[in-house]
Amino acid sequence: MRVSLFITCLSDCFFPRVGQAVVHLLRRHGCEVDFPLEQVCCGQPAYNSGYHEEARTAAKQLIRAFKNAQYVVSPSGSCAAMIRHYYPTLFAADDEWRDKAQQFADKVYEFSQFMVNILKVSSVDACYEGRATYHHSCHMMRGLGVSGEPLRLLQSIKGLEVVDLPYHQDCCGFGGTFAVKMKEISEQMVDEKVEHILATQANILVGSDMACLMNIQGRLRRLGYPVQVFHVAELLYEGVQRYESLQSSAI
Amino acid sequence: MSLSNPLPFKQRVEQGLNDPFLRQSLKNAQARFREGKQRAAQILGNLEEWRTRAEAIRHHTIEHLDYYLDQFATNVENNGGTVFFAETEQEAVDYLIRLAKAKQAKTVIKSKSMVSEETHVNKRLEEIGVEAIESDLGEYIIQLAKEMPSHIIAPAIHKNRRQIAQLFAEVAGKELPEDTSALTRFARHQLRDKFLNADIGISGCNFAVAETGSIVLVSNEGNARLTTTLPKTHVVMMGMERIVPTWEDLDAVLSLLPRSATGQKITSYVTALTGPRRENDQDGPEEMHVIIVDNGRSNALGTEYQSILHCIRCGACLNVCPVYRHIGGHAYGGVYTGPVGAVLTPILEGFDEWEELPYASSLCGACTETCPVKIPLHDMLIDLRRDEVDEKRSPGVERFIFRLFGTAMNNPALYRLGLKMAKHLLKPFADDEGFLNKGPGPLKAWTEERDFPAPAKESFREWWQRAGRYGGDPDGR
Ligand code: SF4
Repeated sequence: MRVSLFITCLSDCFFPRVGQAVVHLLRRHGCEVDFPLEQVCCGQPAYNSGYHEEARTAAKQLIRAFKNAQYVVSPSGSCAAMIRHYYPTLFAADDEWRDKAQQFADKVYEFSQFMVNILKVSSVDACYEGRATYHHSCHMMRGLGVSGEPLRLLQSIKGLEVVDLPYHQDCCGFGGTFAVKMKEISEQMVDEKVEHILATQANILVGSDMACLMNIQGRLRRLGYPVQVFHVAELLYEGVQRYESLQSSAI
Repeated sequence: MSLSNPLPFKQRVEQGLNDPFLRQSLKNAQARFREGKQRAAQILGNLEEWRTRAEAIRHHTIEHLDYYLDQFATNVENNGGTVFFAETEQEAVDYLIRLAKAKQAKTVIKSKSMVSEETHVNKRLEEIGVEAIESDLGEYIIQLAKEMPSHIIAPAIHKNRRQIAQLFAEVAGKELPEDTSALTRFARHQLRDKFLNADIGISGCNFAVAETGSIVLVSNEGNARLTTTLPKTHVVMMGMERIVPTWEDLDAVLSLLPRSATGQKITSYVTALTGPRRENDQDGPEEMHVIIVDNGRSNALGTEYQSILHCIRCGACLNVCPVYRHIGGHAYGGVYTGPVGAVLTPILEGFDEWEELPYASSLCGACTETCPVKIPLHDMLIDLRRDEVDEKRSPGVERFIFRLFGTAMNNPALYRLGLKMAKHLLKPFADDEGFLNKGPGPLKAWTEERDFPAPAKESFREWWQRAGRYGGDPDGR
């Protein structure tokens, strides 16, 4: 199966290890992976801020970059939701681009959604000792309707205890420009999220959207709490490597 | 213009955030309401089907609003009532004032009505020397405190028992115990006389049934019954979108209202009124006047915002909104608070006083997910932002940044260059662990309370070109 990666601007620039983990995991499960170099940001920051013309420009470039793709996989629930839900509406009045946007939207999957629902992988050979809790990002959970898939993958990691995050349906307060525009409110929201995370006594926080994780991690660090933060793909791949080195040392 | 809270938005937010009591009580209330709603949804079993049906009913009604308003008005008149269509706040209140003068009214008793709040009825009545008394416990409390409602269904949600006891003590002229039943008893006692002596009763209207010209009121206190039956004249103030075509339709929306609001199956009192007192009736008003208020609602008709008129004012969106939880209802400044207020107020009144409201959301979508009539609230907030951008209301710096963004998106080489530059620009600010705790420019706001990651030494793109496409490094990266 041929898979094209949409790595998102955030992962590309700040969290390349997430993209790398996705590449390796997909390859392990038989995918041929490519990365179209002409890709840009999905346009979500512009779209959510009301700059729809600029969002359309980004969308067109992304559609062009992936025009030959069979499947498009992204390690971000919110970018995948942006493409699936808002690309078709962005071009609702544009005869030329409407269909292209829809066709593209139909090919886009969030990483864990693709692993579980398309590749039918819900268990990986991985081990990682620790107590983890999972943050459901709003756009992935509500916009894309994906919530059980990443948890299934996580639960397959041996040695990892996965505990429920109380009030998991609450937003972490990121919200793109909201985090700076309405900084005071955003801070209260992330503080509440941190409180809930600490209540689980987990030492690992996992999520499927680096934007939210960046927000929570930034606050955890500032407050000095030693909770490790992982993208789900990153933790899975870390676990796979540990499992393999255990296997080889056992021989 | 009917700005109700004179402070600017930022200060209203600050007030809310700096009120620990308010935040605690909103937190408790949200927890209670959410739990209730969840339980109610479980009992109902097929909530999604109910939502779909209710949405269809609301959609059909609003699409044919002219027709049903006409049918409703004709039936009210056939029942002996009077109907007045008010296009503006001014027209609505003027009608009421004329009526009050004609009846030589001294006191008016009211049962919760958001429209009368919207049109500032109490103040206008006061100006002509008519005393208006709120009979709903919550409304009575905030009337004494000279405040506005801060929640759609629980208007005094922001007040605690001690504050209420103090307010009541001023009326009583003596100390009162801080005990719920004692306080309720006191209020009831106070209101009893007012009910008996009021010249006019003013109520809202949760739903108006077009096929019979009836109005339906939902309450937990029974005060709506007294308001609408004791005084000789009953005035209904309703938004023009409150219509349902038939009793069967009413059943669907009425089943969802209390379940979505508080988790109740049904409220303690559901009152349906069809016209004033008839010949052999024991009680009831001699006259019934229905004021149907537009006041900006038709701005939404025929636009992409039309479905905001589907709203049944259940408050469910407030009960799940994390922003509302932290800042409280007064921060929204208008009569309607929370997510629905953030959408509705600028539509009713324009952006001039309400520019910030569409941004008072992280777009988490909890409101949309919970709305029993499926109003896409958070999508509307995005569209309102777009309208503001189109009207050039957004800050100049922001416009500049997004123009740059657009240019870079059109030109992948430029985009790549931008990412590279960001890396070099931010490098000097990073600590040993690769985080910034004092960011330059637009990052400053972020790094006041949170660390920010520095760009990676090697971006994904660079890695891919170096090693990724060939299978990655031997160490797995
Ligand atoms: S917008 Fe929806 S959830 Fe909010 S008050 Fe109206 S009907 Fe209820």
